Amino acid sequence: MIVRELELDLDAFEGPFDLLLTLVLKDELDLRELDVAGIVLAFLERLADREELDLEACGEFLVLIAALLELKARGLFPEEAAELAELEPEAAAEELARRLAEYRRMKEAAAWLRERLQTEGDRFFRLGPAPLAPKVETPLAPQDPERLAQVIRLLAVEPPEVSLSHMGLRFPPVVQFLERFRAVLRRRTRFDFDGEVNGLSRIEQAVAFLALLELRRSGEITIDQAAPFAPIRVARTGEEIMDRDERTVAWNQRSA
Amino acid sequence: MEPTLRLIAGNPLDQLARTLEALLVVASAPLPVQELADAADDDPDRVEAALGLVAERYREGRSGVVLEHVAGGWAFRASREAADACARLFERPAQRNLSGAALETLAIVAYLGPCSRPDIARIRGVAADSAVAGLVERGLITEAGRDETAGAIRYRTTPLFERVFGLESLSQLPRLDDIGADTEQIRERLHEVAEKRTA
Repeated sequence: MIVRELELDLDAFEGPFDLLLTLVLKDELDLRELDVAGIVLAFLERLADREELDLEACGEFLVLIAALLELKARGLFPEEAAELAELEPEAAAEELARRLAEYRRMKEAAAWLRERLQTEGDRFFRLGPAPLAPKVETPLAPQDPERLAQVIRLLAVEPPEVSLSHMGLRFPPVVQFLERFRAVLRRRTRFDFDGEVNGLSRIEQAVAFLALLELRRSGEITIDQAAPFAPIRVARTGEEIMDRDERTVAWNQRSA
Repeated sequence: MEPTLRLIAGNPLDQLARTLEALLVVASAPLPVQELADAADDDPDRVEAALGLVAERYREGRSGVVLEHVAGGWAFRASREAADACARLFERPAQRNLSGAALETLAIVAYLGPCSRPDIARIRGVAADSAVAGLVERGLITEAGRDETAGAIRYRTTPLFERVFGLESLSQLPRLDDIGADTEQIRERLHEVAEKRTA
């Protein structure tokens, strides 16, 4: 079995192992994209297909794959690689020993902390935000007294007086409008409500409307409005009886 | 001391001790001498002396409340003999179930802090994110600015850490040289392994 002729079918590459190595060495394939485990799997499958163990092929493969892994690791950690590449094997071992020793010390320190936690674990104490009086700090820069006076003057101005006019509203008596409408109806058989109250204040118009309802209740008038917000037509009772009867019948039919 | 002076002021140190006692019972975190002196409106040296009186009165075996010098200040705590009773009533979320990873991370921050998560990961060889987050949540470590070059957040231990571990300050931690295997030992073992391999 020749390792270099191993056929690969990976996401990043498809072809013989030999070509893959060439591409990697020529920097035409980014090792960081390559699934090295995939190559190992392909090799193992190939190995399993054969009855005997080809030690020579295994050795060659191990060397190649180790080199690939090292290249890939350097690609993944460029800073570390630069750091370690400058080191001789002796110095690299030294650096490794230093790091291991540092970690060992920290492990020991952690063990000391755990022990300490046990010996000091029977100390109970109060916890919480300290109820300290806040220390007063004055972060304000020196201020111009004239500007301060200016601002205070703004605040010192008498506020505008609030209008209380709505509280002093006087309602004209309903009777006044009752008489007025009756007088109108003596002269004419019908009138237009809007035309009659035109020019009066809102309050007076409202009272006038109450008077209208009063007259309607006592049966003195009939009221008619073609549509919401349309002019309200007022007629002396009897003048529109026909209309009203017809409408009532129509209304009863609809509701029935 | 002249008798006339004593007549006027009684035992002023004793009165100062009572004031300190009052301040300490209200506090929920250790109070440094200077802070006590400011609050009592007295001299720090006299405060130290008065603290001696308070400490004598509130000591293990004599009182259920004990005065201790911890986390750079003075604080009352429960006496050790009352620990079982306290444990039945009170929870201690800061120190409960600290994992090995959390303690290693805590040790690194305590000794080498302020240090960042990448620093911690470099020493431990695994990512430190969850261990750091857990310690921050417990209030044992806290953010302390950013790494100047990489910009990573750096962490340091809090006064609560010192309090939980009963330390007057971080300087009370044992020197790193005193604990653990030294570099020499590890180096020798590395060489041993290397020689076996080449042989």
